[in-house]
Amino acid sequence: MSGQSSPTFGNLDWEVTPYTDLLEHVNSSTIIGAGAASVLVLGAFAGIALLTYMRWWKPLFRDWLTSADAKKIGIMYIALALVMMARGIIEGLVMRAHQATALGALDKAETGLVAPDHFAQLFSTHGTIMIFFVAMPLLIGLINFVLPQQLGARDMAFPVLNQVSLGLTAAGAGLVMVSLLIGDFGTGGWTMYPPYTGLDYSPGEGVDYWLWAILISGVGSTLTGMNFAVTIFKSRAPGMHLMRMPLFCWTSLCVAIMLIYAMPALTVSSAMLALDRYAGFHFFTNASGGNMMNYANIFWMFGHPEVYILILPAFGVFSEISSTYSGKRLYGYTSLVIASMSIAVVSFMVWLHHFFTMGQSAGVNIAFGIATMIIGIPTGVKIYDWMATMWRGRVRITAPVVYLVGFFLLFVIGGLSGIILANPSIDYQVHNTTFLVAHFHNVIIPGVLYGMLAGVHYWFPKAFGFRLDESWGRRTALLFVGGFIFTFMPLYVLGLMGLPRRSPTFQDPDFLPWMYIASFGAVLMLAALFCLLWTFWKSYRHRMSLSVPGGDPWNGSSLEWSTPAPVPEWTFASIPKVQARGDWGETKRAGDPWRAPDSYADIEMPANTAHGLIIAGMAFALGFAMVWHIWWLAALSFFAITAALIWRGMRVIEPRIIPARQVEEEDRRFREYVAGATPITRADEESERNRGVPDCSEFAG
Amino acid sequence: MSSNNGLYPGLNLGSVHDEAHQQAEATVFGFWVFLMSDLIIFGILFASYASYLNPIGMAGAPGPQALFNLKSVAIQTAFLLFGGVAYAGVSLSMKYDHGAKKLIGWLLICALLGGGFLFFEISDFIDQAAKGGKPQASGWLSSYWLLVGLHGFHVFSGIVWILAMVGQILTRGVDDVVKVRLSMLGVFWHFLDLIWVGIFSFVFLVPLA
Amino acid sequence: MFLLAGMTAAIALAMAPASAHGVVEDSFLQPMGPVAAEQSKHLLRVIGITMIVILPVLIGVPLILWRYRYRKPRGAYSPEWEYSEKLEYALWGVPVLIVIVLAGWLWHSTAKLDPYQQLGPDPLQVQAIGLDWKWVFIYPEQGIATVDELAIPVGRPVQLMLTTDTVMQSMLIAPLTGQIYAMPGMSTQLNFSASRAGTAEGENTQFNGSGFGRQKFKVRALDPDEFDRWLDGPDSGLTLDEATYATLRRQSVLADAKSDLGLERSTGPLVMSLGARDVFDRVIGKYHRTGNGENAADAEAWGGIGLPAPAKQESGQ
Repeated sequence: MSGQSSPTFGNLDWEVTPYTDLLEHVNSSTIIGAGAASVLVLGAFAGIALLTYMRWWKPLFRDWLTSADAKKIGIMYIALALVMMARGIIEGLVMRAHQATALGALDKAETGLVAPDHFAQLFSTHGTIMIFFVAMPLLIGLINFVLPQQLGARDMAFPVLNQVSLGLTAAGAGLVMVSLLIGDFGTGGWTMYPPYTGLDYSPGEGVDYWLWAILISGVGSTLTGMNFAVTIFKSRAPGMHLMRMPLFCWTSLCVAIMLIYAMPALTVSSAMLALDRYAGFHFFTNASGGNMMNYANIFWMFGHPEVYILILPAFGVFSEISSTYSGKRLYGYTSLVIASMSIAVVSFMVWLHHFFTMGQSAGVNIAFGIATMIIGIPTGVKIYDWMATMWRGRVRITAPVVYLVGFFLLFVIGGLSGIILANPSIDYQVHNTTFLVAHFHNVIIPGVLYGMLAGVHYWFPKAFGFRLDESWGRRTALLFVGGFIFTFMPLYVLGLMGLPRRSPTFQDPDFLPWMYIASFGAVLMLAALFCLLWTFWKSYRHRMSLSVPGGDPWNGSSLEWSTPAPVPEWTFASIPKVQARGDWGETKRAGDPWRAPDSYADIEMPANTAHGLIIAGMAFALGFAMVWHIWWLAALSFFAITAALIWRGMRVIEPRIIPARQVEEEDRRFREYVAGATPITRADEESERNRGVPDCSEFAG
Repeated sequence: MSSNNGLYPGLNLGSVHDEAHQQAEATVFGFWVFLMSDLIIFGILFASYASYLNPIGMAGAPGPQALFNLKSVAIQTAFLLFGGVAYAGVSLSMKYDHGAKKLIGWLLICALLGGGFLFFEISDFIDQAAKGGKPQASGWLSSYWLLVGLHGFHVFSGIVWILAMVGQILTRGVDDVVKVRLSMLGVFWHFLDLIWVGIFSFVFLVPLA
Repeated sequence: MFLLAGMTAAIALAMAPASAHGVVEDSFLQPMGPVAAEQSKHLLRVIGITMIVILPVLIGVPLILWRYRYRKPRGAYSPEWEYSEKLEYALWGVPVLIVIVLAGWLWHSTAKLDPYQQLGPDPLQVQAIGLDWKWVFIYPEQGIATVDELAIPVGRPVQLMLTTDTVMQSMLIAPLTGQIYAMPGMSTQLNFSASRAGTAEGENTQFNGSGFGRQKFKVRALDPDEFDRWLDGPDSGLTLDEATYATLRRQSVLADAKSDLGLERSTGPLVMSLGARDVFDRVIGKYHRTGNGENAADAEAWGGIGLPAPAKQESGQ
C-alpha cells in the first residue's frame, strides 16, 4: 500500500502481496508469508483444475451450490470448516515453532522464525479462523445436517435463508483467506481491542479485513440462529413434544437462542469500530470522548455466550454417543435438559470475567466471579450424567468414544483452570498470560473439536452411505488427544511463570524447554490433521466394504437412524408419527421397525436456486471493496444485494414436487434391502458384515 | 394442528388451507425472532448512549441543550405514530378483503407519513451538523447519530418495503404470500414506533430534564 | 491419572526457584510480597477443593471403560436404567456445595486483594505512565522519574497509580501483585508491598505492537537504607520535561529511546529528575476536553495524542 488511493482500484496496487516483501528482504518470515500466499494460489488453481478435469463443475453447481437442502448445506459448512482448520492448525504450528526460536534479549531486535508483526498477524488470523470459520461452521453444519432428521422434519423452516447464511459465512471466510495474498491482516488478536485497532494505531487494511469478515459472517450466523429456533419450534414431526426431543436438539435450541441474542452484540461492536475507522466517529478512540471500555463490554456480551454456543452442540453430540455406544439409555434426560438451558441463560450474565482487571470495584468482580462459578454446576452435572450413562453399560470403544474419553479427561482440567480464572484475585495474575491461552484451548479443543469430530464420525454414514474406518478414526482421535496434551500443558506452566500471551519474544531461558515440548505437540496436531484426511481418503477407497445401506449402523434410537444411508433428499418417505422419546428405539423394541408406511404422497421440496450464491458473491465483493476503499464496487455490490432481495420477493416461487411414485419406489427398494440383509450384533459393528441393519433384539436404550 | 381457531384470523388465508397457515405461522414467528434480535441491537445502543452522556463523553462539543429541537421531535413523533395508526387501515382492508386499491392506498399513506418523519429528522440532522454537532465531534454525538440514525434507516427500509409490497400487489395480486408479508411489515412498522418511544424519552427528554 | 500427575509436576516445576539465572523473578508462585503470596495460596486452595469433583472423573472414566467395555464386560448390565433420585441429589448437590464454598472464598479473597485498597498508612506514591514499549515511573515526592525501573523499599506499602499515553496496556508485576489495565485519560491503581529484597520482572501483558515482547521492566525491592541510597544515586543528567517526554513517547523500546535521547544504547535503567510535578495529571488531562475549550490546547502539549511521528532521520533533514 503506497501513494494515493485510486478511484478505480482504491488502495490496491502491485505492492500489496507478500512477494513484494520477499523481494525486499529474504528471510524466514517473508519466505513463510510468500509460501502461504503461494499455497493459497496453487490450491485454488489445483481445485479449478480438478473440477475441470473431472467435469465436476456442473454437478457442483447443480447438486451443491444451488441446493437448499439443509443436509447438503450442513455438509458444505463442514467442508468449509475443515479447509479453514487446515490453515488454522498450520498457523498454530508456525507460531509454536516461532516461539521455540524466539528467545531474545531486551536490547536486540526480535529474532525467530517470523517477524513480530507477522507473528501478530498469525495469532490474529488463527483466533479469528478457529472461532468464526472452524468452530462455528462445524457446529452449524452438524446441526443443519442432524437437526431436521432428528426432529422428523424435511428441512429447515427457511431453506433459502439457510443457503444465504452459508453464503455469508463463506464470504467472510473468503475475505480472511484473501488476506494471505492481498495485503495484511490485523494484529489486534481475534478480539481486536481498540484503541490499538483504531485508525491512529492500526492504519491500513488489516483490521478492516477482520471487521468485514466478522460483520458479513455475523449476519449469516444471526439468520442461522433464527432458522434453527423456528425449525425447532414449528417444524417438529407430530408427536415430537419438546421433552421427547433428543438432547442434540435441545442443545441446538440453546445455540439458536444464544445466536439470536448474542450475535447482535458482535455486530454492534464491529459496526461501531468500523464507523470509528471509516467515518471518524469517536466510540472507542482515545480522545474526544471515546471509551474503549465500551468495546470490551459489548464484545464480550457476545463473546461469552459464544463460548457456550461453541460447546453446547458438542455436549449434545456427547449425549447421543455416550448412550448409543454404551447400548444404554441416556441417564438423567431431564437433568441434562435443565443443565443445558441453565448454561445458556447464565452464560449471558458472566461477560465481565473477561476483564476483571479493568479497574472496576471488587464488588462487581465478586458478583461476576460467582456467576461464573455457577456455570460450573450444570456443566459438572452433565459430565456426571454421561458417566452414569456409561456405567453398567456395554461400551464399544469406537472412534467417537475415544473422543469422548479424551474429552472427559481433558475437559475437567479445563474446567479446573476455568474455576481458577473465575477467581478475580487469581485472574489478576494469570489473565493475559499463556495460562489463559491454555485454558480456552483446553475447553475448546476437547470440547468443541473432539465433539464435532466425534459427531462427524457418528453421522458420516448417514450422509455418504459408508462408515469411516474405525482404526484410523481412533488413531486420529488419539493423535488429537496427545497433540493437545503436549501443546497446551506447557502453556499452563509458562503462564504461571509469567509469559504474556501474544509474545513475539521472551528473555527467560527457563521457558525454552516448555516451548520445545509445545512445538512437538503442534507437530502432533498437524499429524492428527493428516490422519483425519487419511481416514476420509481410506474410507472413501473402501466405501463398498464400509457401506451401510440399511442406515442404522450403530443400532441407534433417534429418528435419523430409521432412514436409508445415504439419506434421501426428502429424508422421510412419510413424516413419522412420534410416540415416545427415542422413538426409533421404541419401534425396534416393539418389533418390525421397518414396516412400510400405508401410503405415499407427493413431497414438496424447496427448489434449487442460485440466490445464496449470488448474495455470497456480492457480499464478498462488498467486503473486499470496503477493505480496499473501492467505493464504486462497494456501492454497486450493496445495491446488487438489495436488488436481489427485492427481485426474489417479487417472484412466485414454486416448490419442487417429488412424485409419490418415485418416493414409493425408492422406499420399497430400501425396505426390501433391509428385509434381505442379515442383522448383525454389536460385536460385528466394525466388520464388513455391518450393513446398517442391526439386530433389533439387542437394542437397548 | 390442534385447533385452527385464532390462527391469523386477519389474514384470510383460507379456512381449510392448513398448510398455508402452518407456513404463515413459521414465517411470522421467524420474523418476530428477527425483531427480538434487532431489539438487542437497539438495547445495546441505548446503553452505550447512556454511557457517553457525561462531560467526558461530550468532550466539549455541543451537547443536548444546544442541539435538540423538541418541537421538531414532537412533529416527528406525530408523523410516526399516525403512520402506525394508518397501518391499521392496511390490516383492516386485508381482513375484510376491501381489495387491492384500498390496500395500496393505505400503504401509500403509511409511506407518506414515514417520509414526513424522515424529512423532519433529516433536517434536524442537517441543522445539528451546522451547529457543530457532527458525529465526529464527540463520543456522545457518535452514539446519538448511530442510535437515531439507525432508527431512521429502519424507517427508510420500512418505506422501501412498503413500496416493494405495492409492487408485489400490482404484479402478483393479494395472494397468501403477500398477505403474510403484509402482516410482517405491520409488525415491523409498529416495532419502529416502539423504538421511537424509547428514543423520544431516553435520547431527547432525559438529557434535557 | 498421568495427566493429573503431569499437571502437578508442572506446577511444582513452575514453583521451583529459578535456579541458575534466578536473578529476576517472574512468577507469583515465588512471591516477594503479601499480595502475591495470598494469590498463590488461594490458587492452591482452589485447586484442592475443585479436586473433589475432578478426581472422580479422572479415576472413574478409565474404570468404567475397563469394567463395562463391550468385549469383556465385568459388571452388571442395566440398559434401561435412566434415573435415580438419590443420584440426582448427589450430582446436583455436591457441585452446588463446592461452588458455595468456593464462592465464599472468592468473595473473601477478592475483597481482601482489591488492588484499590491501601496496604497500610503512608504508602510510597509512584505514578506509572505506559508508553509504547516502555513504562515511565514518577516519584512525585522524591522528584525523580525513571524509565523501566521501579525501586521500592521493603516493608513500606506502595501505591502505584497507572495510566497510558498510547493504547490500552496492562501492568503485571507477578511476584508482587496482579495486573491491572492502564487506559489513556483514566487512572487505575495497584497497591502492594514487598516483604523481602529481590528483583522482580514487571511487564505489559496487553499486546500493543511489535515491541510488545520487550516491554519489560525491573522492580527492585530494596532494604529501606538501600532505597534511600538509590534515591540519591547517580542519574542520567536528563530532566523529564516536555521535550524529553515527547521523545520517550515515540514507539521504541528502552534501549532505542536512550539512543534517541543521546545516551548510550543499553538496557540499563534511565533515571531522570522531574521537570514538572504534575506530569501524570497532564498526561491524563490531554485526553479530556470538558467544555469552553479552555484546555483544548493541552491535547497538543506533552507529545500530543495519537500515534507519535517516528524519530527524524538526522541526515535527511
